[in-house]
Amino acid sequence: MLVRILVLLYLAGAPALAQTLCQPNASNGCRVRISIKTALGNQAYEWNENEMFLFRATMAFAMRRYYKTETYNVDNIIMCNQTLRVSFWFVVTSPENSTMLIPKADVEKAVRMSRHRINNAFLLTDRTLEFLGIHPTLAAPVNPDTPPWLIVFGVVIGAVFAGIIALLVSSLLQKRRKEKGMMEDGQDEEDRQMKGVENDNVLDGIYNRGFTDDDRFTKL
Amino acid sequence: MPEEGMEDNKGREERPKWNNKAEYLLTCIGFAVGLGNVWRFPYLCQIYGGGAFLIPYLIALVFQGLPLLYLELAIGQRLRMGSIGVWSSISPYLGGVGVASMVVSFCVSLFYNTIVAWVLWYLFNSFQDPLPWSQCPLNHNNTGYVKECVESTPVNYFWYRQTLNITPNMETSGSLQWWLVVSLATAWSIVYICFIRGIETIGKAVYVTATFPYLVLTIFLVRALTLPGSSEGLIYLFTPDWEILKNPQVWLDAATQIFFSLSVAFGGLISFSSYNSQKNNCERDAVLVGVINSATSIYASIPIFAILGFKAHTNYVTCLNGNILALTNEFDISDMNITVENYEQWFDSLNGTHPSRVSDLNLKTCDLQTFLDQSASGTGLAFIVFTEAVISMPGSQVWAVLFFIMLFSLGLSSMFGNLEGVLTPLHDLKLVPKWMPNELFTALICLVSFLVALIFTMGSGNYWLEVFNSYVGSVPLLIIAFFEIIAVAYIYGIGRFSDDLEFMTGHRPNIFWKGCWLVISPLMLFVVLVAYVAVQAQTHPTYPAWNPDYVNFPDTEVLPYPDWVFAICVLLSSVPVISIPLVAIYRLICCMSGRHSKGSLHNDPNIYANEGYVVES
Repeated sequence: MLVRILVLLYLAGAPALAQTLCQPNASNGCRVRISIKTALGNQAYEWNENEMFLFRATMAFAMRRYYKTETYNVDNIIMCNQTLRVSFWFVVTSPENSTMLIPKADVEKAVRMSRHRINNAFLLTDRTLEFLGIHPTLAAPVNPDTPPWLIVFGVVIGAVFAGIIALLVSSLLQKRRKEKGMMEDGQDEEDRQMKGVENDNVLDGIYNRGFTDDDRFTKL
Repeated sequence: MPEEGMEDNKGREERPKWNNKAEYLLTCIGFAVGLGNVWRFPYLCQIYGGGAFLIPYLIALVFQGLPLLYLELAIGQRLRMGSIGVWSSISPYLGGVGVASMVVSFCVSLFYNTIVAWVLWYLFNSFQDPLPWSQCPLNHNNTGYVKECVESTPVNYFWYRQTLNITPNMETSGSLQWWLVVSLATAWSIVYICFIRGIETIGKAVYVTATFPYLVLTIFLVRALTLPGSSEGLIYLFTPDWEILKNPQVWLDAATQIFFSLSVAFGGLISFSSYNSQKNNCERDAVLVGVINSATSIYASIPIFAILGFKAHTNYVTCLNGNILALTNEFDISDMNITVENYEQWFDSLNGTHPSRVSDLNLKTCDLQTFLDQSASGTGLAFIVFTEAVISMPGSQVWAVLFFIMLFSLGLSSMFGNLEGVLTPLHDLKLVPKWMPNELFTALICLVSFLVALIFTMGSGNYWLEVFNSYVGSVPLLIIAFFEIIAVAYIYGIGRFSDDLEFMTGHRPNIFWKGCWLVISPLMLFVVLVAYVAVQAQTHPTYPAWNPDYVNFPDTEVLPYPDWVFAICVLLSSVPVISIPLVAIYRLICCMSGRHSKGSLHNDPNIYANEGYVVES
């Protein structure tokens, strides 16, 4: 009989005890702030008891992973002070002793270790699922072995130098060809004079037809 | 530049010619349309009352820009020489004007190509995801972001630290930044390859460099008009503020903008038109180039300001969202209940009920006008403001690449004119040894310019570039232009000039041109010159320095120029123009000692033109 009364008292008192364990601004409590609509826009889900249950299960998973034991359960995660924001406080009780709270530092480490899994469970990110006091991990910048700009630079400068060499070589070849062409004399001279051409370049100016050297053609 | 042709026994080389008229026009347009059209004119339009600024701008174009342009093109085409030869032909005492043009062209090409090198650096860096100026790098022990970046912005950090690695002041020179040296070498190599065969290769290159910017501007225009906030930017730009016309500073800035925008007095336009045949309607060319240049300025300002409006809108929304988040977190309101639209009502009601809590949050005042007022011109516009806007656009890499290729084309086509203003006079002066092929000479000039321009790749290089920009690229040009117009209108004689124009274009210049050359343009130039010098002389010159240790960082620290730098500034302004009186005195001495001056007047170098025999057609 006495045992039954004690059991009844314990069952009645346990939730009350749990409530006193979880207080806003408790030294071992963590505050969580969730922004579902910001993250998901139109596909935002509603935050209800089921989501709360998932959170407690995820936190229990994180604690299990951190301590490498299988003793943590959903009952060890106690939440309180939920607001419309959505934000709430939670504390983690030890599986051995339900009145003892796990220190905040350990909870933080556990969260940090499984942060990625916790975020993904809710389709959120570090910014939209905030554990106040636990800073989001900074995205490590991708550091490729060769900076990409060097690659682009290499391509451009290679093309430019190839172009310079090609143009210089073709100029040189053109000059050699012209010098060879200079060797050939004569039959074209009459035509060149008629058109006012000298040294293979067409000259500017009006050809003065009053002056032709046609003595060569009218020799007796 | 004279080609490889062998000389006849009179020692005259055949002058190269443009392949067709289009190449010539595109080269002149490319020279005139430069970076200033994109990043200086929209800024002036914005600060000087939008649409109202167009009035002094167009007046300056018609009465000062077009006459000068026509004059330079006509002189070059008629006398068929570079700037030194042309002015020596007009009067041996005025050879100094050509020398001054050449020196100014050389100094300007030094720092102008450095800007092109910066554009290339940004272009090379645009091929990565994410863009390097979109996020701060981590510090040494990966605990947080670099302090300097957090205090300013990632865009500022990338420009001042990762690109320029700027020193806190001008006295500290810093060392050569190897990545900038590499970019500068690339820029000069590209300039060289376009100059290898003179106007033959330039003419091919301008088909791309002169037309590509228009294509990119149109693409940006279409894209920008679909972005939110673009209409605010455009309204802000074009809303005319007629009161501003009473401010003389506006007229001064309009005149100087037109003047520097058309790239007159560099000698490059004279060189380009000297490769034309003499029978070419240079009047139509001048009007075409001038009008296209101004139209490009106006056309470019539309997408620029649409994008700046988008950026202001984005900043405004970010500011508001910051406030909304603070309010939501403080009062535990449901997520996304406060939006940008109903922020005002929420704020008023919360402030009414809990004023102390609201004031403790230190909310920022978000005003769209303030964000729109954050204007910038010059490198600030391109490398800070615009790059920030590009990050917020979807597909940032594409827009960044397009933007920087456009800036590169604009800069490169202007470099053609700058360097041409140096090379052609050197050829005309016969300073090139006979054994040296042109390709080698051009390479030498490019190499020397590259080595001298290395000062701009030091830590303090940006400060030096601003010094060069303000002191070489301003007053000397005004003085040269003034002497040019006086030389042609009064020393050469307007009558003789009209005869030449009749020979070239087929009709004499009308009263408008004559009036401008004789009276209006010299007067305007003189007034602008005096006003410009007066405005500069009023304040002891200062420069904005980027100093991370400054109390008000990230604001720039305004420092006065040290005395030795100020002396260099004065030197930069005076040394180019000192050649004008020096050459005149030298010729006077030569004349008085009885010897003939070297620069013989050859008005008509073409010995085959028998003007006694005219083909009636």
